[in-house]
Amino acid sequence: MSENLVEVRDLVKHFPITQGIVFQKKVGAVRAVDGISFDVRKGETLGIVGETGCGKSTTAKLLMRLLTPTSGSIKFEDEEIGYVSGSKLKQLRREMQMIFQDPYSSLNPRKTVGAIIGDPFIVHAIDRNDKSRRKKVQELMEQVGLNPEHYNRFPHEFSGGQRQRIGVARALALKPKLIVADEPVSALDVSIQAQILNLLSELQRELGLTIVFIAHDLSVVRHMCDRVGVMYLGTMVEVADNETLYSHPRHPYTGALLSAVPVADPHEARSKSRQILGGDVPSPTNPPKACRFHTRCPKAQELCWTETPALEPKTGGGLAACHYPLTDAEAADRIPAVAETYSSSAASSSPSSS
Amino acid sequence: MTPLLDVQDMHVTFETEDGLVRAVDGVSFSVEAGKTLGIVGESGSGKSVTSLTVMGLTRGPSTKISGTAMFEGEDLIAASDVQLREVRGNEVAMIFQDPLSSLHPFYKVGTQLVEAIQTHQHVSRGAAWDRSGQLLELVGIPEARKRLDHYPHEFSGGMRQRAMIAMALSNDPKVLIADEPTTALDVTVQAQILELIAKLQAELGMGVVIITHDLGVVAEVADEIAVMYAGRIVERGKTDTLFDSPAHPYTWGLLESIPKLTGPREEELIPIPGRPPSLIHRPSGCAFHPRCPYVREEHKKIDPHLEPVPEDGGHSVACLLAPNTRRELWAKLSAGEEPEQARAEVPLQ
Repeated sequence: MSENLVEVRDLVKHFPITQGIVFQKKVGAVRAVDGISFDVRKGETLGIVGETGCGKSTTAKLLMRLLTPTSGSIKFEDEEIGYVSGSKLKQLRREMQMIFQDPYSSLNPRKTVGAIIGDPFIVHAIDRNDKSRRKKVQELMEQVGLNPEHYNRFPHEFSGGQRQRIGVARALALKPKLIVADEPVSALDVSIQAQILNLLSELQRELGLTIVFIAHDLSVVRHMCDRVGVMYLGTMVEVADNETLYSHPRHPYTGALLSAVPVADPHEARSKSRQILGGDVPSPTNPPKACRFHTRCPKAQELCWTETPALEPKTGGGLAACHYPLTDAEAADRIPAVAETYSSSAASSSPSSS
Repeated sequence: MTPLLDVQDMHVTFETEDGLVRAVDGVSFSVEAGKTLGIVGESGSGKSVTSLTVMGLTRGPSTKISGTAMFEGEDLIAASDVQLREVRGNEVAMIFQDPLSSLHPFYKVGTQLVEAIQTHQHVSRGAAWDRSGQLLELVGIPEARKRLDHYPHEFSGGMRQRAMIAMALSNDPKVLIADEPTTALDVTVQAQILELIAKLQAELGMGVVIITHDLGVVAEVADEIAVMYAGRIVERGKTDTLFDSPAHPYTWGLLESIPKLTGPREEELIPIPGRPPSLIHRPSGCAFHPRCPYVREEHKKIDPHLEPVPEDGGHSVACLLAPNTRRELWAKLSAGEEPEQARAEVPLQ
């Protein structure tokens, strides 16, 4: 058995754009995910960050097999799952569960909490006995910090944070090996966010879960994840250990993202020279050739619009798909977090950098 | 300097089937020209209702509003609808949170801008159209003239928000109220929009009120910050003061519960226990007491008022703990201690 729970290779998902009502012909495609590869190691939390439309949610749905890939392979425990269907797929779903973004629309308002959390047991014919199922559900509720006496309540009687706890309990019901959490806290208030994040890390420690954590908030990902992948326009531009990514980013896009995050510290906010990306993300229907970031990249040179960079190890950093990766000095100039570690480690050699 | 907009003791209540909602319960703040006030709070803290009420957008048969909002000698709360229409979108303008639902999907962006201009200025349609083009250019939309002919759905999220800002600026407002202007946007676009607002403010000398739940955003743009909880301002002070020596346990909780991008990675976040209170059944005494780790018996009975923090100019807080106790507690918390630990070590007074 390998150390990887999931192995994704050259995964592609294109959504066709069609024209015509009776005779539909394909006129183009939205290249939502366009050839990404990554591994998810057992017991780790892999973060996937990126902006709207970069394909991170599509990746989550492909992992969960809620979508079928256009091409490429997804291996789960060394078994190809990219194209399975029917009863095999149903079997697979017991092993992986999803936590959704919006705790309001992801719970059926007409079912009680008990029924929502207990449904997986019925669907997978694990426990059809009402009494023992009730006991299991109440244990789960206890585990995620809900009052088991609220078994018969409806979702509308709960607050946003509590609803997200219901979503977590439902995902845990079948004791899955993999949890895919798609923006699990972005709909919650700041003071509630921390509660759910703590719950997830606690459960991971207790149950040895593997989590794929998808979010747009870089500080949340830094807190939660062991490794982080950065996506841009359907491609993976950088994958690195948490520590490495945040203190030695190599891809200019990662640098720009980190630079753009507002820091809750007025002194730091004033000290950094913020690098602001111009323009918008190009359309995934017709993405730029070669390196997709070249239209907005501050470091782009001719090579960037003629040759696609491969995701390779870069000196001093993790894997990045870039011809002209950032140096520590450049990163320190833009990102306060990097500046701190950089100035302390290289203070003697280049004091002029900050 | 006399403030541009001066809100004093504003109360807003809504009559609902479940009871009386005290959305805003005695809020006072002011904005000077060229300055930015940040209002921070969670959902249901009354921050949006505060701004909407200043703009006269919460008026209705079941709403009761009291207090004053003075703008250039005129009380916006007492003003008639006709008077208010003169000011709204003209001298006091607003940017809303969700640009998609705030723009009319049936009309071209240009048409909507022209409407905003012609409502307040006697200019021809052609002149207004020209001005609209300039405005879109000002907010950094490429090929602005061509874009006037487009519909909102043809704009990206960031561009829609820019169009909204252009509309708010169309009559050179003196006060700009931005209600969560970047919440629906990605970080890189958020950075663009915040920079744009700051740049325009410097050029036009507007007073800006920025309402957000994101402490990072206010740290970057605001000169002064007001923290709202359960319809009241619980702490107010200069941006640096508020981040360096916050005095309210709720502000501490907010600062401690967000994951940081800098410094060592936190082992565990320290969440604020419980959840925001109902505005119908406001907790007795200090509204924060059910969630406050430093609560004492009498805090459940006495209602604290916003009072100046001794020896700290312009900083005020509504907390019943003694100033010394607060200082000691924050010293412990900022050194990385957990609330229970700090509580055990500092005698509460």
